[in-house]
Amino acid sequence: MLEIRNLHVQIEDKKILNGLTLTVNDGEVAAIMGPNGSGKSTLSYVIAGKEDYEVLDGEVLLDGRNLLEMDPNERAAAGVFLAFQYPLEIPGVATMSFLKAALNSQRKARGEDELSTPELMKRVRGAAERLQIPQDMLKRALNVGFSGGEKKRMEILQMALLEPKFCILDETDSGLDIDALKIVSDGVNALRGDKRSFLVITHYQRLLNYIVPDTVHVMANGRVVKSGGKELALELEANGYADYRTQAA
Amino acid sequence: MPAVQETVEQVRAIDVDQYKYGFVTDIEVDKAPKGLNEDIVRFISAKKGDPEWMTEWRLEAYRRWLTMREPTWARVSYPPIDFQDQYYYAAPKKQAGPKSLDEIDPAILETYKKLGIPLREQEILAGVQTSRVAVDAVFDSVSVVTTFKEELKKAGVIFCSISEAIREHPELVRKYLGSVVPVTDNFYATLNSAVFTDGSFVYVPEGVRCPMELSTYFRINEKNTGQFERTLIIADKGSYVSYLEGCTAPQRDENQLHAAVVELIALDDAEIKYSTVQNWYPGDAEGRGGVYNFVTKRGDCRGRNSKISWTQVETGSAITWKYPSCILRGDNSRGEFYSIAVSNGYQQVDSGTKMIHLGRNTTSRIISKGISAGRSQNTYRGLVSAHRKAANARNFTNCDSLLIGDQCGAHTVPYIEAKTASAVFEHEATTSKISEDQLFYCMQRGLSAEEATALIVNGFVKDVLQQLPMEFAVEAQKLISISLEGSVG
Repeated sequence: MLEIRNLHVQIEDKKILNGLTLTVNDGEVAAIMGPNGSGKSTLSYVIAGKEDYEVLDGEVLLDGRNLLEMDPNERAAAGVFLAFQYPLEIPGVATMSFLKAALNSQRKARGEDELSTPELMKRVRGAAERLQIPQDMLKRALNVGFSGGEKKRMEILQMALLEPKFCILDETDSGLDIDALKIVSDGVNALRGDKRSFLVITHYQRLLNYIVPDTVHVMANGRVVKSGGKELALELEANGYADYRTQAA
Repeated sequence: MPAVQETVEQVRAIDVDQYKYGFVTDIEVDKAPKGLNEDIVRFISAKKGDPEWMTEWRLEAYRRWLTMREPTWARVSYPPIDFQDQYYYAAPKKQAGPKSLDEIDPAILETYKKLGIPLREQEILAGVQTSRVAVDAVFDSVSVVTTFKEELKKAGVIFCSISEAIREHPELVRKYLGSVVPVTDNFYATLNSAVFTDGSFVYVPEGVRCPMELSTYFRINEKNTGQFERTLIIADKGSYVSYLEGCTAPQRDENQLHAAVVELIALDDAEIKYSTVQNWYPGDAEGRGGVYNFVTKRGDCRGRNSKISWTQVETGSAITWKYPSCILRGDNSRGEFYSIAVSNGYQQVDSGTKMIHLGRNTTSRIISKGISAGRSQNTYRGLVSAHRKAANARNFTNCDSLLIGDQCGAHTVPYIEAKTASAVFEHEATTSKISEDQLFYCMQRGLSAEEATALIVNGFVKDVLQQLPMEFAVEAQKLISISLEGSVG
């Protein structure tokens, strides 16, 4: 369970989150919607532990553990995964090598044995097949020269391999055509389970047709201003964010 | 790339700022008095058992050196060196030319063991089964032992110390020594010519493919001692040899001087592959101490279709001044230069290459990867030139620089001179910085800051590491990570 209580965050003296409170239960898929600049991406970075964000007040707990005291890699080992809106390129590092290094670092941090290379390759290949990622892409440098859609699928492949407890999808639908959107959504849906929860950040209702959320939260001006069921997303689609903008101001 | 993981483990195991090779071996030494004059040159020559022609060669170099000045064009700065405040000869006392390993001071063997050099042949055999390496080890001023000598002899390959070669193979030495780097070449090469104390000699006869990797390890041990080694490698027609040198020194507050000369000669259809893993002591975190590495390395592709390839991984030395070069004299000859230069702390590196195209249809390739961290300065300086008779000369140059942190510097100084219209020279250069975003991305996947940096750096240098013999590539990868320790976080 992820609990965020009264979170206040600023970056370079600019206040972004203003007392945000949110709970995501085990097995729950929570969607975060809201206009540009409402603080959605900041929320994802703060949970994952990006530097430059100054937490002024509040708590972020994963199963009762205080994430704010951990380095990003410790949070990853504790089960936090962020699917980036713009995945980074790592020149010269083969995707398979990167996956191996990442998985084994996490396993080591948790006191588990390293995975053998054949076992790792089996798992990666299986996940790649489900996401329709060609095998030869695994030999290429991570994300270098990948199309937007390929990068997003690679994010989901990493998510599948690392088996996190808490997954954040930051605008995963941006830049995807309808076919790619379906592949990615199927990949995410396959990972849903009792113990795993998701925070799905998106502008548009479209993605939520494929990844159907349990709850929808509207963010404006650095806070959650309205929460509801999946029907709330449809309502937003019809009426836009105008109401919330005025409300927040 | 399982080596990445190994790199990371290696880094974890070592404390920040700790130079692994910084121990001193306590042994009795035989030293020349401090300073340099004709008597010292004669003293060294006598100690080495030089024939008269060699003594004269040295004296001529010394007299010439007196008229020369230190070069100042490199982008490095250091206080003036007092050349009279150095020892020019130091040798472990016990032996004069050991006949077998049993005659060598156990303390020296222990040193090489700490350095991870498998001196004893059985250890080599027990280690890597697929490839074996013949090692010549140079301790301060003398060559201590050369392994696998007998087996090489069967193939007709001569691999011995240069002193031994001067005595045993004078016809080869007289023919080739100074033929690539003339006695008058430059301040440090001329100094080396006067006082060189040891180094390696390799001759691969016509048509022979050297049956194993050859390797030399250099170690400066004595205080205030310069190391002036001289290496001469000749690959006769149609032969092939791959050679690797490694270097370390103890940790000392004073600066130690190292001025080596390496000459390579490749005749028709011959190929020489020369790799260096240089890890001289770089100085401490405040920039005290460290080795001054002023080295002249040059290869002559003298014959048709010959090839010389330099690969270097440079992580050590306080100051590096080094430009392994190729003279592409034979038609269709080829020169290559692959380099990784890592600088951290207060290290200063001014390194690169010269590709001098003289023959027709000559080609060259330069791949240089500079990594700067801490407060270091890292300069690539390279010359590509084509003589007017070098029709169809081709060069491809790629210089990439990677910056870690914001207090270091990377500089690229390419010189291009083409005197024939048919030459095609291409030059690419990039400078990038390990971005906070890349680090965060890797850390989000579970890698620590150090692991993430090692991974990104390994990706950056991959093209060059692939040029190294397998077993050394892993070693080099570890070295790079160790040298970059403490540069993030």
